[in-house]
Amino acid sequence: MEEQAKAERPSYLSVAFTDTQQAARRPTVIVARRASDSIAGRCFPWLVRGAMGIFLTLTIGLFVELLVNSLPSIRQFGLAFLWTSSWNPVTERFGALPFIYGTVVSSLIALATAAGVGIMGAAFLAEFAPRAIAAPLGLLIELLAAVPSVVYGLWGLFVLAPAMQHSIEPALQRYLGFLPIFGGACYGVGLLTAAFILALMIVPTITALSRDLLQAAPGELREAMLALGATRWDAFRAAVLPYARSGIFGACILGLGRALGETIATTMVIGNRPAISMSLLAPSYTLSSVIANEFTEATTTTYISALVELGLLLFLISVLVNSVARVLMRAVFGATEPT
Amino acid sequence: MTGHHLISGKVRQGLGVFLSALCAGSAAASLLVILIYVVREGAGAINLPFLTQVPHPVGVPGGGVANGIVGSFIIVGMATVMAVPVGVLTGIYLALYNGGRMADLVRFMSDVLSGIPSIAIGLFAYVVLVQPFGRFSAFSASFAFTVMMLPIIVRATEGAIATVPRTIYESALALGGSDYACAVRAVLPAARPAIVTGLLLSIARVTGETAPLLFTAFGSQFWVLDPFRPMAELSLQIFTYALSPYESWHRQAWAGALLLIVAVFVLNLIARLALSRRTSS
Repeated sequence: MEEQAKAERPSYLSVAFTDTQQAARRPTVIVARRASDSIAGRCFPWLVRGAMGIFLTLTIGLFVELLVNSLPSIRQFGLAFLWTSSWNPVTERFGALPFIYGTVVSSLIALATAAGVGIMGAAFLAEFAPRAIAAPLGLLIELLAAVPSVVYGLWGLFVLAPAMQHSIEPALQRYLGFLPIFGGACYGVGLLTAAFILALMIVPTITALSRDLLQAAPGELREAMLALGATRWDAFRAAVLPYARSGIFGACILGLGRALGETIATTMVIGNRPAISMSLLAPSYTLSSVIANEFTEATTTTYISALVELGLLLFLISVLVNSVARVLMRAVFGATEPT
Repeated sequence: MTGHHLISGKVRQGLGVFLSALCAGSAAASLLVILIYVVREGAGAINLPFLTQVPHPVGVPGGGVANGIVGSFIIVGMATVMAVPVGVLTGIYLALYNGGRMADLVRFMSDVLSGIPSIAIGLFAYVVLVQPFGRFSAFSASFAFTVMMLPIIVRATEGAIATVPRTIYESALALGGSDYACAVRAVLPAARPAIVTGLLLSIARVTGETAPLLFTAFGSQFWVLDPFRPMAELSLQIFTYALSPYESWHRQAWAGALLLIVAVFVLNLIARLALSRRTSS
């Protein structure tokens, strides 16, 4: 980073001074050559503060609006909203438990699947791969993060779900069917399919961040181990990984946050049934997908408000999860680097 | 060292490197698998009518997503126009004015905002811009996208200016420049490539986004150019078509997915190129 800044310094200076020379022959006059400048100069500090004000208003407004619009539901159902499992628009009895269950379980399975792959993949990119391989491989993985979620959903619905229904789920039942989590019928769409799609979506997040964290580890750690006769793998396990561990944990939490809030892809493959089932193969529902499916159909104040309260829950969960993740990663990156 | 003395170091090294290569490789391979499916299923359905016509009524074969493509440009375009000034100026505030506690608050808010699920931001746009006016609109979708783009642009601008040596700003100030002239004439040109990269990435991010559109832009079967009416959008069309029971719409969903993925990848690659040209020169 420092080397980069040094290398860039001359070009920036030249940028500044060419500009100056073009504006006037005397380099002392970089400014105030144009009449409009003095007006702009007077407005600029206020313009900048105004923009910041708009930014803060939007961010705080987001929270306040979600809260205010949830109030009817909060007043009516209270905290019991969180552990009631009925969701009945006809009788207007609303509880979020099936959605909280679906969101948390699908995201945790996704995290468990993606964390190992992501961290090991990051180790390869940062530690073991030659540059010629690490760069294109890293690019592919970063592009995986850019794939729109509706495309993941499309692929999940038409490719993964049929495969789950006809081969993977029957196989699971044949060998592990005695476990209640693999009981019931094979639908193809369901909690496990959603978890797999989510895993695919958060692998690149975890890989790219973990790679950056591993690369931020001081080279001496590795070199000292190598000098002692350790293999590169042992140096990684014993010196580099422990250094970056808390940050990598943060990267995983950030991936979890992404999975918790993901909407479109899960909506397309989770089956959308508001019931809690022991089986991971059964259709389920998440906080975000019920908002996606039902919001435009909701007509009564209570119904809309209950859905907004689900959004508020998502908001609060993601603020919590992301704050924890950033604190953990910042400890490794150092406070100066924005993540 | 790690306690596994039963297995020799060389074997551990080989096993570890092999497994890690397998993990990185399978992550990259899954991108290729998805791409192959999208191209295979989608390429055949991309033709002139698909790109130039509006959707046909259910049951009538043919039709296209032209209104969705134009809608995407309008919605993302309006969002960009709103997000750039606010985002860049807020980033300048963070980098140059750096007002202690206030700047920390803005940074924290920006981090928080970048992690908020897009569906919650869609709800915000709904209660602020759809509910009061009693109808869905492209503008409310742009508003939601603006909120999603802002944290990316703010942090990219701050980061870009942070790499410009502060001495440039200070020497410009010492030469008698106003805040405005120093920031806009001396610092901003040097930071521009990295800001453009952040901007392109933020555009790429919202271009692929569907969730907040469900109850803001809402979608439409017709040509709509009025930003205060419900408008079609490509990713929303893909979502609707994929969940429909019609085979021909499924094919159009794949074709739309191909268009969308190409657009997002091109934006990402241009963004990277803009940055790498800066760092290599």
